[in-house]
Amino acid sequence: MAQAAKIALVGRECVACGCCEKVCPKNAIYVRSGVIAQVDGEKCVGCGRCAKICPAAVISVAQREGDI
Amino acid sequence: MKKKWYEYLWLAEALYWILGLCNILFAWLGMLFFAIPLVMAVAGGDKAYCNRYCGRGQLLELLGSKLKLSPGRRPPEFLRSRWFRCGFLAFFMTMFGLMLFSTYQVFAGAPLRQSVTLLWTFRLPWEWVRVDMVSPWIAQFAFGFFSVMMTSTVLGLLTMVLFRPRSWCVYCPMGTMTQEICRLKHRKEDFCCGRESKKNCRASEIAGK
Repeated sequence: MAQAAKIALVGRECVACGCCEKVCPKNAIYVRSGVIAQVDGEKCVGCGRCAKICPAAVISVAQREGDI
Repeated sequence: MKKKWYEYLWLAEALYWILGLCNILFAWLGMLFFAIPLVMAVAGGDKAYCNRYCGRGQLLELLGSKLKLSPGRRPPEFLRSRWFRCGFLAFFMTMFGLMLFSTYQVFAGAPLRQSVTLLWTFRLPWEWVRVDMVSPWIAQFAFGFFSVMMTSTVLGLLTMVLFRPRSWCVYCPMGTMTQEICRLKHRKEDFCCGRESKKNCRASEIAGK
């Protein structure tokens, strides 16, 4: 299956609140070990819902580049 | 999709306020909101409380998103910075310590102060409630703890109407504390950024801008 052109990126200042998890339609983002939200590059379609809800505004959506 | 039981925990938060306003002694129940996240972080090594069970977060989400009381604006950058979050945690814990000290003073014989202090400054008279059925120090702790809960709720509501619904989560002292506990518990793991691949970490730095 072809990957989406865009992907969500999480900044280091993530507060691990988990808001992004709840809105992701593909279950592509999850809070890892209570420290930072992590994006599964295979599942993420770059819809940007997580970026819109993130209370800390540390998620952005960018074009995929190679491994991203 | 069917809702899970914990998605209704905002009712527990609302009930806490109703009970606390009826009788301040119910403020003691708020200790659960302090203890449960800490136990989950220490025992489970995650932020499951913040991620799923936080009634306050759910209530802010409900008010901000469903009732559209939040503009969804990006919060200022300083709010998410580590120095601000840890500084606010330190300040909050200092005020909590002072509250415990005033409880001790009442335990040692000082007179009970029947008031709720909002935002550490504004003293609201709260003499209409009966607390003579318990020891004065138990009542004093309830007044102090209710002040802490009310102050944090007002701050949460303020940042909700200014920024995004759950902006409080960014600088919530319990959230900061549990995240630091998790960081400590998982210190051997690499958390350089929110990517599954270690490559392209720079992209995540850009995301933080």
